[in-house]
Amino acid sequence: MSTVKAQVTERTNYLNADYGVRSWLLTTDHKRIALLYLISITFFFFIGGFYALLIRLELLTPAGDLVQADTYNKLFTMHGMVMVFFFLIPSIPAVLGNFLIPMMIGAKDLAFPRINLLSWYLYIIGGALMCHCMLTGGADTGWTFYVPFSAITNTKFVEAGLAIFVAGFSSILTGLNFVVTVHRMRAPGMTWSRLPLFVWAHYATSIIQLLGTPVIAITILLVAAERTLHLGIFDPKLGGDPLLFQHLFWFYSHPAVYIMILPAMGVISEVIACYARKRIFGYSFVAFSSIAIAVFGFLVWAHHMFVAGISLYSALVFSMLSYAVAVPSAVKVFNWTATLYKGSIHYDAPMLYAFGFIGLFTVGGLTGLFLAALGIDVHVTDTYFVVAHFHYIMVGGAVMGYLGGMHFWWPKISGKLYPEGWAKLAALIVFVGFNLTFFPQFILGYLGMPRRYWDYSHMPEFQVLNVASTAGATILGIGYLLPMVYFLWSLRYGDPAPDNPWNAAGLEWKTASPPPTFNFDSDPVVTWEAYNYDEIDAPHIQEAPVGR
Amino acid sequence: MLNNFPLWPARASSIAGNVDALFIFLLIVAGVMSLLVFVAICVFATKYRHRPGVNAAKIEGSLPLEIAWTVIPLGVFMAIFVWGAVIYFQEHTPPRDAAEVYVVAKQWMWKLEHAEGQRELNELHVPVDRDVRLIMTSQDVIHSFFVPAFRIKQDVLPGRYTVIWFRATKPGTYHLFCAEYCGTLHSGMVGNIVVMNPADYEAWVNSNPGGTLSASGEKVFNELGCATCHRMNGQGSGPALQGVFGKPVLLEDGRSVEADENYLRESIVDPGAKIVNGYRPIMPTFQGLVNEEQLNALVAYVKSLSPAAPGGAETKPSEVKVAPGNNSPVGNQVQ
Ligand code: HEM
Ligand SMILES: [Cu+2]
Ligand SMILES: [Cu+2]
Repeated sequence: MSTVKAQVTERTNYLNADYGVRSWLLTTDHKRIALLYLISITFFFFIGGFYALLIRLELLTPAGDLVQADTYNKLFTMHGMVMVFFFLIPSIPAVLGNFLIPMMIGAKDLAFPRINLLSWYLYIIGGALMCHCMLTGGADTGWTFYVPFSAITNTKFVEAGLAIFVAGFSSILTGLNFVVTVHRMRAPGMTWSRLPLFVWAHYATSIIQLLGTPVIAITILLVAAERTLHLGIFDPKLGGDPLLFQHLFWFYSHPAVYIMILPAMGVISEVIACYARKRIFGYSFVAFSSIAIAVFGFLVWAHHMFVAGISLYSALVFSMLSYAVAVPSAVKVFNWTATLYKGSIHYDAPMLYAFGFIGLFTVGGLTGLFLAALGIDVHVTDTYFVVAHFHYIMVGGAVMGYLGGMHFWWPKISGKLYPEGWAKLAALIVFVGFNLTFFPQFILGYLGMPRRYWDYSHMPEFQVLNVASTAGATILGIGYLLPMVYFLWSLRYGDPAPDNPWNAAGLEWKTASPPPTFNFDSDPVVTWEAYNYDEIDAPHIQEAPVGR
Repeated sequence: MLNNFPLWPARASSIAGNVDALFIFLLIVAGVMSLLVFVAICVFATKYRHRPGVNAAKIEGSLPLEIAWTVIPLGVFMAIFVWGAVIYFQEHTPPRDAAEVYVVAKQWMWKLEHAEGQRELNELHVPVDRDVRLIMTSQDVIHSFFVPAFRIKQDVLPGRYTVIWFRATKPGTYHLFCAEYCGTLHSGMVGNIVVMNPADYEAWVNSNPGGTLSASGEKVFNELGCATCHRMNGQGSGPALQGVFGKPVLLEDGRSVEADENYLRESIVDPGAKIVNGYRPIMPTFQGLVNEEQLNALVAYVKSLSPAAPGGAETKPSEVKVAPGNNSPVGNQVQ
């Protein structure tokens, strides 16, 4: 797409409005808080990524020869906990959502700016506790910390649980802030049916965060109590029930997978509309499918427990409902595809990420259909098939969406343009590396390789596929490092970004890049529908004016 | 090469073919659906790529299309659901008169004991074409009994029995894995399922003699003094145990429960949980007094007192080698 080179003069914006550490650590500006989150989650992404690398290196050979068994168990545990609770759950909401939601609805800030800062501090406290846990030895329970194992292991489970507990409150408060903001802070004319789909997706996400996160907090407390006080909630010797734990855990953790994917779906809707120069096909269906996912997502948790010893009939119900929740996801994919029809499609880097997202999310979603089929799940659950499935969704889908969004809004966030060629190359490398890493794991899973195995010398026939996976992981790692490098490079050497480099619809593009502290110079009034690309591209119509 | 790089697991149980059939059907469904989406994307993305001067068409959406792509996938999904559920039912409905093996899992090994008395560690010998029912429990944390070649898996929990069954169809040695993460040597909790021709199995059984499980159960029963209350003549302060297994039991609170293995187990370690109608809650708990193996033996013994119930009769000492009701006579089996 031709970039509109505008004359950029040094204006006061949220970045240069104030200087000094204090001005950042005590800021209540949602955009600055978003950047604080960006730095912190990137830190944890690299920690989690480092663990992943060690895991893949260990699996290069069947024998457990690189690290000790206990070390390996800690590696995948800390990898999972860090990636899920300290990277993926906060990623899009706390960075892009925080930065963009007020701007997208024409507000000066979130409803509770101080609570927003408090959320970040809670996240940091949780993160510090997590680091403390890792530095003092780490936990080895798996991110799912099933009892009775988590109640008896002598590793640092309580520390890890506490870290997740605290970070959970950060997540709850962010959700609360978004819900109230979307209800109360929309600019005049910004009706619900004009909300960008990014905002709808975050609204649905926030509801899950609000309703689901307290349950995992309670579950952690119960396990901690079981460990220290031997209450007998889960311990069968004392009359407890270990399956109760799994119900509680998945009651949160299934919806949590939607906390991770819904925001990415929101990003993809924005990106596709912009680069196809079209309104999203079936806007209201895409919007309501987010809500449907949030609601139905709470009704399928026991599909993680088909071999755990639940009753035959509850397995039936949960299998059927899992298929029901797959429908709104499919609807989204079909609508994105239809949006391309008769579009005017540009192949900028964010769009490549969006294509990648659709491809990988489709594979992830379709393999969910395999897992929801009771007779198949019995064979593939707790194997590498499940590992591949959820990485296709959470890494292929959610991280692809996150990177696409980072590219799309980077000019707005930083005021700088990233190097387009490198960005396209990175998208390609990530896509190829990802598939090479995780596709072989589907085969491994069907062959029967269980997950969380440190040593597979008993079945050396699995080595070829594991080597392929490790090779892919190195490529993937390079793909993730690249954007990190050129984003930083662009801060110094990148061309200054115009206010609206992509000619995109949406209020966030109608203010300066980077935006001023209170987002808009004058209060916006919305008189147009969402994604009015036909009006923007029509040669005779001027861009709709902002403000009164 | 293919030995080092298999692409499909061995198929060695009566259920495996059904699982594979659905799996292949799902591969086709997933293939068609993703092909539809990917082809549409590629076609649209090239056909409608940006050309200067040509703007995108203005399209709102289409209700008929939305309905179509909601309802059609839902229909396909429901068909998959039913198919998957049917297989699951097969997997959870052990045939009557299956041979029984008691499994005790612990960090990090499998202890298996045939009703006929053979004990094995991390290895299970079974004859081809015999229905085998596994009655499993764990001594510590949760494990999971997984045999990929049979396409079966079942978590093994402390404090209760879970059950799975299979009928091996092809002689050979197959992997046994623990599939639920259970601590340090989780990946070392592996073993072999050895499926043998009937004649070989016969020979194996004869070279591994041992008293039956129910016989050792009877010994434990007498040693622990169970017989003081549970008298055969029904005159004791506890109910007589003949014919109990496999029948409904009327409880004091008016409920009626089926006396399955889990019921027997609970009656021993937590006798207060369900009181039989007409009896006082005076039985002491044997939690901690019996280990899992002894518990299994006791359960097998009580079952043997109900010869009519499935799994009751064949633990009788007189019928060690071939489970009754095994409808394919020994020596006449095809793989
Ligand atoms: C298209 C709809 C989906 C269906 C029908 C589906 C189905 C399933 C099923 C049945 C399982 C359990 C597998 C097992 O443990 O045996 C599972 C696991 C999982 N799914 Fe999905 N899924 C879908 C979409 C998603 C999405 C959108 C995400 C995440 C953003 C996701 C993330 C996960 C995760 C993290 C696990 C495994 C958790 C673990 O055991 O560590 N799934 N999925
Ligand atoms: Cu789930
Ligand atoms: Cu185990």
